[in-house]
Amino acid sequence: MNRSSAGAAAAVPVSPGAPGGQQPAPLFRRILLQGKYEALAMLRNGEQLILAVVLPLLALVGLTVTPFLDGLGASRIDVAVPGILALCAMSTAFTGQGIATGFDRRYGVLRFLSTTPLGRGGLIAGKVLSVLVVLCLQVAVVAAVGLALGWQPTAAGWVPGLLLLALGAAAFTALGLLVAGTVRPEATLAITNLLWILLGALGGIVIPAERLPAAAQQIVGFLPSGALGEALRDAFLHGAVNGAATLILVLWTILAGAAAIRWFKWN
Amino acid sequence: MLRVVSGVSLVAERGQVTALLGANGAGKTTTLECAQGLQKRSGGSISLLGQDPAAAGAELRSRVGVMLQDGGLPPSARPVPLLRHIAGLYAQPWPVEDLVDRLGIGSFSRTTVRRLSGGQKQRLALAAALVGRPEVLFLDEPSAGLDPQSRQLVFELIGELRDAGMGIILTTHLMDDAQRLADYVYIIDGGRNVAEGTVQELLQRGPAVEAGADHVRTLAFDAQPGLDLSGVLPADVAVLEERAGSYTATGALTPSHLAALAEWWAAHDIMPAAMTLQARSLEDVFLDISGKDIR
Repeated sequence: MNRSSAGAAAAVPVSPGAPGGQQPAPLFRRILLQGKYEALAMLRNGEQLILAVVLPLLALVGLTVTPFLDGLGASRIDVAVPGILALCAMSTAFTGQGIATGFDRRYGVLRFLSTTPLGRGGLIAGKVLSVLVVLCLQVAVVAAVGLALGWQPTAAGWVPGLLLLALGAAAFTALGLLVAGTVRPEATLAITNLLWILLGALGGIVIPAERLPAAAQQIVGFLPSGALGEALRDAFLHGAVNGAATLILVLWTILAGAAAIRWFKWN
Repeated sequence: MLRVVSGVSLVAERGQVTALLGANGAGKTTTLECAQGLQKRSGGSISLLGQDPAAAGAELRSRVGVMLQDGGLPPSARPVPLLRHIAGLYAQPWPVEDLVDRLGIGSFSRTTVRRLSGGQKQRLALAAALVGRPEVLFLDEPSAGLDPQSRQLVFELIGELRDAGMGIILTTHLMDDAQRLADYVYIIDGGRNVAEGTVQELLQRGPAVEAGADHVRTLAFDAQPGLDLSGVLPADVAVLEERAGSYTATGALTPSHLAALAEWWAAHDIMPAAMTLQARSLEDVFLDISGKDIR
């Protein structure tokens, strides 16, 4: 800035709010604005887009040209798409959101925003909204590519499938916030990326438990990845609601959410 | 439990700049963060606009602006969209364009926060704190990293906001800032406030002033080490050899004191290498109160 610009700027009068006159924007608007802001930030982040869209699509194509899923459904693509949708939820809600929140915490963004009318509750609500928005876009892209590759989902599976996807996103969001709020951002980056790879490959999310090593088969059903993968496959392949998997997802959401509320550090 | 602050009591009025002055680690930021509701306190009471900030709702937060020491701005954000986003959280925000003009943000409006200089980040953080047109403004080390022009701009704005009725509470370890900006100063040391008053009141503190003198000055001069100046100046003028060959004489100095010292120099054939005479500053008061040891 030079002296002339400083001089010109002085013409703008100051105007603090009158005592008691300032009000927050309505709650709904505040959450909507924060959700939009966070969703745009996520979509503008190249690494995040790779994780959210490119890698799931590569996995989708990979599963349709390899024999891993043969014999589990009418076609490879029918078995693959529900798992890839579950992988999308884990990418965005757990890894993407966790890393973003961890670094927001490091840079004091969470502290600053919690002093504005948005507050801590509005900030979390905005993050959840942004995850849902990005997840909707992922569903649209994966479903479009899947349909182009011959995916034929059961019509009755859409409603329970999408509701269970939202439940899975809630569980992974709570887990992502728990990690981001309790360890350093570099550790969040390592943990969430490592778990994305491990759970993606061996967590029963895209490859069903019966095709995993015997040791893994015993536990993947209790993991949020395995439960979400199973629930979505049952919904889109058979139009059924898998009660046990749904219960496991609900429990993960409640436990991780409670732990995040208890241990999340804003500073 | 670690007690960072214990024994701070302060009041900040509307239409005034209240400064918390202290060394690094004195407890200024912790005090401020408790007042903002960012940190839970284990005891004591705080009233912000008549409410407890620890239980603050959106209504109270909309009346308070906060500029954090580390900015708290997302590194990937660009200044104007960020300010527009924050403005959207308030019912009647300060027009972003006005704020951008007022703080000279236009020149870097397309640069991401991570690429801004320290001074640019400070100006943006101040704009983010002001965009809600708050009644109360908290500023944690507002002049850190500012170049002289930016400092002038920010100080002028703080003065105008104060004159317009805003209550401003700032922390600083820079004595010049406090002396220039503050209407009322609290000196914080070791988590307690150890002195308070207007700048003028604080400048009147000290042994010489208490002895009845109106104006305390410090004469500093450099000469050969180890001079014995006892008896040259009256006992109520404190003479110290602060470093080898660097002397200070602090007290209610008069022309006859200066003449006596010059006579003594002449008698001993001493010509000081450097000499300054200064009025007592807030820094002198601060060092008197909190001591000169590094914490």
